[in-house]
Amino acid sequence: MKEEEEDWSLVIKPSSGLFDLQLKEIWRYRDLLQMFVRRDFIAVYKQTILGPIWFFLQPLFTTITFTVVFGNIAGIPTNGVPQLLFYMAGITCWNYFASCLMSTSSTFTSNAGIFGKVYFPRFIAPLSVVVSNMLKFGVQLGLFLLVLVYYLIIDSNVQPNLYMLFMPLLLLLMAVLALGFGMLISALTTKYRDLQFLLGFGVQLAMYASTVIYPISEVPEKYKYFILANPMSSIIEAFRHAFLGSGEMPWVYLGYSLLFSLIIFMLGTVVFNKVEKSFMDTV
Amino acid sequence: MSVVIRVENLSKQYRLGEYGTGTVSHDLNRWWHKIRGKEDPYLKIGDVNDRTVKGTSDYAWALKDINFEVNQGEVLGIIGKNGAGKSTLLKLLSRVTSPTTGSIKAKGRIASLLEVGTGFHDDLTGRENVFLNGAILGMTKVEIRSKFDEIVAFSGTERYIDTPVKRYSSGMRVRLAFAVAAHLDPEILIVDEVLAVGDADFQNKAIGKLQDVSKGQGRTVLFVSHNMSSIKRLCTTGLYLENGYLVLQDNIKNVADLYSQKSLIVNKTKETVLSSCGRFRLKTPYWVDHFGLETEAYSVNDKKVLRFEFDFDCEVPKINPGFAILDLLDQRLFTSHLLDDENSNFTHSLKGRVVVDSIVDLPLAPGVYKVIYGVRDEFDNTVLFKEDLLLEVQQTVAKNGASGLLWYTTKWKINSNLPL
Repeated sequence: MKEEEEDWSLVIKPSSGLFDLQLKEIWRYRDLLQMFVRRDFIAVYKQTILGPIWFFLQPLFTTITFTVVFGNIAGIPTNGVPQLLFYMAGITCWNYFASCLMSTSSTFTSNAGIFGKVYFPRFIAPLSVVVSNMLKFGVQLGLFLLVLVYYLIIDSNVQPNLYMLFMPLLLLLMAVLALGFGMLISALTTKYRDLQFLLGFGVQLAMYASTVIYPISEVPEKYKYFILANPMSSIIEAFRHAFLGSGEMPWVYLGYSLLFSLIIFMLGTVVFNKVEKSFMDTV
Repeated sequence: MSVVIRVENLSKQYRLGEYGTGTVSHDLNRWWHKIRGKEDPYLKIGDVNDRTVKGTSDYAWALKDINFEVNQGEVLGIIGKNGAGKSTLLKLLSRVTSPTTGSIKAKGRIASLLEVGTGFHDDLTGRENVFLNGAILGMTKVEIRSKFDEIVAFSGTERYIDTPVKRYSSGMRVRLAFAVAAHLDPEILIVDEVLAVGDADFQNKAIGKLQDVSKGQGRTVLFVSHNMSSIKRLCTTGLYLENGYLVLQDNIKNVADLYSQKSLIVNKTKETVLSSCGRFRLKTPYWVDHFGLETEAYSVNDKKVLRFEFDFDCEVPKINPGFAILDLLDQRLFTSHLLDDENSNFTHSLKGRVVVDSIVDLPLAPGVYKVIYGVRDEFDNTVLFKEDLLLEVQQTVAKNGASGLLWYTTKWKINSNLPL
């Protein structure tokens, strides 16, 4: 009897560890992660005429709009960097963060159909969103680099530097931040749908409270800390410094963003793990 | 035989009603008890999960203190009425939701086939979906690739494999999805109502495949279905759930019999039923013996007579009562309508009290049968349809080989003294 007791390969109990991300299981389901990423990527442009071009068009139009509205009409200075590049840098980063956040935060509600029927590590779902958005980010970064090369050729005031090598780390930082926030919100929305309404609005507000449309050097001293409290601000600043040479590398605030992201991620994991167990009863 | 699943004191509580502002206060209260190290206050309450009775509490137990074990290679049929807790049990087993108390221990991989086709993406082709669905069910890409041809052949959708599944018929979707799941090779397979879709041919194929899986490969299958004949064909043992409690775990025949008995709640009152059009009243039809007296049971060789008693409020040119007899597995033995009888003719219109007898001289085997009956009016509209009648046939004489649907002995002829 005792020997048998130890043999169980699976024990289902009311609750599990809070910080347990079940990394071993996720590794076993890595092919599923890949399938989800593929599905997300392919399904987006099935039955569209322009297909993957949409990945370019959307940030391009936003950049042009921002350039016209904030750059030309409102006349917000851009640290001497060509406006197109300045806004594009901000938008590329912000888009990644925002779209990760928006889709991970509906993880439970949009996957209720699958989650209600099959078990796989739930964490795969938000993770796949973050990864497939990385592909989109890659495409948009490529567009940004093309524009950058153009400005280098016509010899504008841009100085890409070796900090560019930090880019993957910045991306990872944004991913962790978005994933953490997303998991937190997705877990809470299963019970309280109110948050979903708040989110779209909140993301938009957060963009204005970040350095997407203005450089930190232009922010009045008394608002500076408020803007820098937004963890995306220093990431965008760092990105601009690396590729455009504008401003400075905000080391201290990057450290703050890192800490912030890790805490949010941990919090998100805890809540996500808790909700994952029972959300089918409430969704 | 070794035990592959052990379920101990398993319970699942659901919150009824709406989630709204009240939820927060319950959550806070629960949390407050928790940090003081006290028991969850809402676990103590909760009603038996009987849908028909309005409970007093906001909480209900979908499953309560379930204990059972499943051996390797067993095909366990889970039987119960709607709301008995079958699906909840399967959901707990397949880890879709987690138990409120108790535990489930299992050996080996559990894969569930809860309403197949989960995770099929409409815009992806059949091929892409096989890989996606396989991955969702826990297969690796290499595994799927090695079985891909087999899967497609089993599903019989070769021709459409590169077409988006949104253009598939629902039967094709189910076949493809079932094919993926059937080739999953888990140690424990959970199957819920999948066989309801698909044609007879495919159902046989699917049952055959499940039998192969359990007998040939020694895997364990848990099967939920309302179709008693497929449960009886497939399962070796059964589990009967009622209102969240485990009533019986035994071999499949005993469990299925219990279910059949319990599912027959028969209205034996003889009240008058008003037809929907209001022009006649029908007393609940009843069986009469050869003295013309009402009876509840016949002996095997008796002629059975079903009597319909109508009261017509106005003149009606004709009426068409009919009934069907079903066995307890819901297999229909026959259907009979008055107008199908060539001797029926309506020379006079019907008025006042009219008694219509139907004579069943079919040698039904001993047992209990379900009778469904209805009435169509002169325009062939069904004005009444009910299924609250039983027919009981008792074995009063002995017979060699008493099983079968009919109590029937063929004519035998002996030609003796023939040249060798």
